[in-house]
Amino acid sequence: MKKVLSLLVVLALGFGIINSLNQNSSFPKFGEADVSDRVSDRYINKNVTEENEEVIFGEDGYETGSSNFVTSIVANYRSFDTLGEVTVLFISAFGVALLFSKDSKRVSLNFKPNFMLRVGSRALFGLIIMTGIYISVHGHLTPGGGFPGGTMIASSILLLYLSNDSFRTKIKGFKLLEGFMGSLYVLIGVAGIYVTGYFLENFLDTGVVGDLFSAGIIPIVYVIIGLKVGSEIASIIDNFLTEEVS
Amino acid sequence: MIQYASIILIMLGLYGLLTNRNVIKIIISLNVFEIGLNLFIISVGYVDGGLAPILTGNSTSVLSFVDPLPHALVLTSIVIGVGTTALGLAFAKKIYAKYGTYEIDEMGVE
Repeated sequence: MKKVLSLLVVLALGFGIINSLNQNSSFPKFGEADVSDRVSDRYINKNVTEENEEVIFGEDGYETGSSNFVTSIVANYRSFDTLGEVTVLFISAFGVALLFSKDSKRVSLNFKPNFMLRVGSRALFGLIIMTGIYISVHGHLTPGGGFPGGTMIASSILLLYLSNDSFRTKIKGFKLLEGFMGSLYVLIGVAGIYVTGYFLENFLDTGVVGDLFSAGIIPIVYVIIGLKVGSEIASIIDNFLTEEVS
Repeated sequence: MIQYASIILIMLGLYGLLTNRNVIKIIISLNVFEIGLNLFIISVGYVDGGLAPILTGNSTSVLSFVDPLPHALVLTSIVIGVGTTALGLAFAKKIYAKYGTYEIDEMGVE
């Protein structure tokens, strides 16, 4: 009875949403979105205050020097939003740590890691952590950035946990790194107030579009985010792989 | 037209939320719901033949980019989804430690 009722509710709701989207003339058909009509056009032309002009690869003097537009939105135009986002991630990591605060013994795995797994994970650990750092540093040039890079750093830690039954990271170090990086992000924002008058405003030279050392504070902020996300997810992994001492 | 598939995914997640009585299955339904929502937001910004919104040396003014703003918003949403899933699974682990079951109906008996 309950299943039939919820099926009816879900069908009615789904039909209502699809029908209302279909009838709405201002909702674009799939693949026919007009970007030049939206606020994103300003982000693509790197000019939110003045008249639009074309951005050319390899030149300088734009509002943000990032060649990846998504990064320029996430870490520059909407950087305050990103600060709130990493705060949400911090709070969830903090909640997980609170729930597992009494637990301190490592969960034993159901299988015995063999020789190949132990040696191979140690060889791969360096490669994965290097790829994560590379993705974090090149967030303003290539797809990726601090969030995927940080997750890759945490996945290399997970590899160490899975390949060794008694391995535990220094969780205090991760907590310290995470808090330090969070404060550094806020400090960069406060430096923006001091130099330009606005919180998290870019106060460095934006540089040439496409260079590694360009885009002002975007690479700095993204490396900070990468380390913060990496240490947060690594501490979540550690919390999940411990159990209560009975 | 294909973006309505993501609405169907959202509704599948909602159906799972309404009918399941298992904590882990509820969290999985929430994730399905969230993936459908993310796909829908991405699909709103899609342009036929549009490039990924990254400026490279080859791109000229003739080519158009897809809308980068939904990508930035979905990035936020994915990260928050990871955080809520981790917190929900932590609660599920605590519930299992106390009651020895994931089924909501069997709890409270101890």
